[in-house]
Amino acid sequence: MTTLPLTAPAADVEAIRRLIARHKTWDWLFGLLGVFALMFAMLVFAMLFGQMLKNGLPHLSWDFFTSFPSRRAASAGILSAWVGTVLVMLVTALVAVPLGVGAGIYLEEYAPKNLLTDIIEINVTNLAGVPSIIYGLLALGLFVYQFGLGQSIAAAGLTLALLILPVVIVATREAIRTIPQNIREGAYACGATKWQVVSHHVIPYSLPGIMTGVIIGLARAIGETAPIITIGALTFIAFLPPSPFGNPDQLISFDWLMAPFTVMPIQMFNWISRPEEAFQANAAAAGLVLVVMTLSMNAVAIWIRYHFRKKIKW
Amino acid sequence: MSSIPLKPPPQQLIAAAAGRPLATPSMNLRRRLTERAIEAVLLLAALVSVFTTLAIVAILVWESIAFFRTVPLLDFLTDTQWTPLFDDAHFGIIALLSGTLTTTIVALLVAIPLGTVLAIYLSEFAPFRVREVAKPFLEMLGGVPTIVYGYFALLFVTPLLQQIYPDLPGFNMLSAGLVMGIMIVPYVSSLSEDAMRAVPMNMREASYAMGATRLQTALFVVTPAALSGIASSYILGISRAVGETMVVAIAAGMQPNFSFNPVEPAATITAYIVQVALGDLPHGSLGYQTIFAAGLTLLLITLLFNIIGHILRKRFREAY
Repeated sequence: MTTLPLTAPAADVEAIRRLIARHKTWDWLFGLLGVFALMFAMLVFAMLFGQMLKNGLPHLSWDFFTSFPSRRAASAGILSAWVGTVLVMLVTALVAVPLGVGAGIYLEEYAPKNLLTDIIEINVTNLAGVPSIIYGLLALGLFVYQFGLGQSIAAAGLTLALLILPVVIVATREAIRTIPQNIREGAYACGATKWQVVSHHVIPYSLPGIMTGVIIGLARAIGETAPIITIGALTFIAFLPPSPFGNPDQLISFDWLMAPFTVMPIQMFNWISRPEEAFQANAAAAGLVLVVMTLSMNAVAIWIRYHFRKKIKW
Repeated sequence: MSSIPLKPPPQQLIAAAAGRPLATPSMNLRRRLTERAIEAVLLLAALVSVFTTLAIVAILVWESIAFFRTVPLLDFLTDTQWTPLFDDAHFGIIALLSGTLTTTIVALLVAIPLGTVLAIYLSEFAPFRVREVAKPFLEMLGGVPTIVYGYFALLFVTPLLQQIYPDLPGFNMLSAGLVMGIMIVPYVSSLSEDAMRAVPMNMREASYAMGATRLQTALFVVTPAALSGIASSYILGISRAVGETMVVAIAAGMQPNFSFNPVEPAATITAYIVQVALGDLPHGSLGYQTIFAAGLTLLLITLLFNIIGHILRKRFREAY
């Protein structure tokens, strides 16, 4: 009987060592590639931000926020644009939050397993993939002409609300899904009705997640340009919508809902399309304001998520 | 064996056990009605999304039917010119599709390699600290408004490319596509990474135990297992690129051009819709109807990719 050699010949050991070394080199190279990819993404972001800082920052002054757009680039500002953005976002939030949260609660807590529920679920997934300009066409045909809302704040707010509805629904569902089942069972055991379980337990515990989704949705809506251009709202607006408290006969008037408007991205697009360099500096300044707005909203959303994830212990 | 003395239960529990209600009948009825009403309201909220889809399809199809009464479908599909607002009107959607296709391909050539490398790196290689910083950063990159990317493409990337290639026109599909690619990277990387992180740890451990390196494990174990998620992240990237509007409208120009050459200017389907919306077309005119026909084409393309994504997910799904 021959015994098997316990050690491989020296040549083989060397070959195996070289093989291992080679594979480790590849490993190291890929790690380097990953770092480079990440650095590249960061570099692009830095260039994007730097370019706008360089061109836009000299234009950012108090006057820029308090002046109307003008034919002269130096005195043009974003007053009507940021007021328009705030009002449109108000309409969007007031429509999208109740509808989105309601739909999310229905799908997680109430929906029976049947064909209708399947249709709603598939539909929400598909709606999230529909390009935003298609929502603009929907709004043009439906809100602007069928409902006769015209190119108004109400039409724009409704359009953007439909656009971010899937974001709010998905965020609500994900937040609700993290609540352990025994919380609900505990409440039922105490004699609570379904709505009491939902309103006393499910909604409060999922609130941080819902808020994150709503803020991310609104941050997306603030930057949306295409659907608002499509409803035909690219006009020169050098006035503010009527104030809700201006009319002495009514406590709050809703005339502003039907007023023509402009929003930040539209104003920026308007300035980019002009050939003069001075207006492009204005575009950079408006872009800077827009980026700071959306990024700070995203940052708040991320902060809420991290903060509450650590805090909640079931 | 001694029995434990039992106290008789309270009267109310006996009633409940016998199926008789604790509360008065009118209170119960009101409670039940409220519950029903709330459920109905919530169902209505959920149905809004279904109505939205129906309204989108109805409006696009309705206006497109009116359009195709004037323009034969064959012309729409085979003509290579798109000049609906000229006297010599041509309605060849191919002239717009070529722009959409070219910018999308350029974007994917950036987004897919970069996004995949980032996903593999973040999921399999990066230390915890790096991941904690990189993920929110990428999310922020995805949150920058598209109009800002359009500004960046037109006024930064195009001049930069013109220094390398001086003949590049001010509007071109190349810089629009490149910037669009950067814009899509966060979608591809975060969805792919989620899919890879969902691969169970014991598969990696088995691979390491066989003597595989990190890279071998990532490429030959984790990636195949996460293929369905990675594929659907690519599909999402494609439908983002096809539907993206502002970057191409600003940086690639609004002139329809039947060309697949990325250094030329060309309008995409979305850019054409923007161009028409910028003008002042009367409601109900043929020009007004063209944007709905173009929109229907766009919706059908994204729907096609959604269906492909669905099939890929089913086909490559691995269950553990």
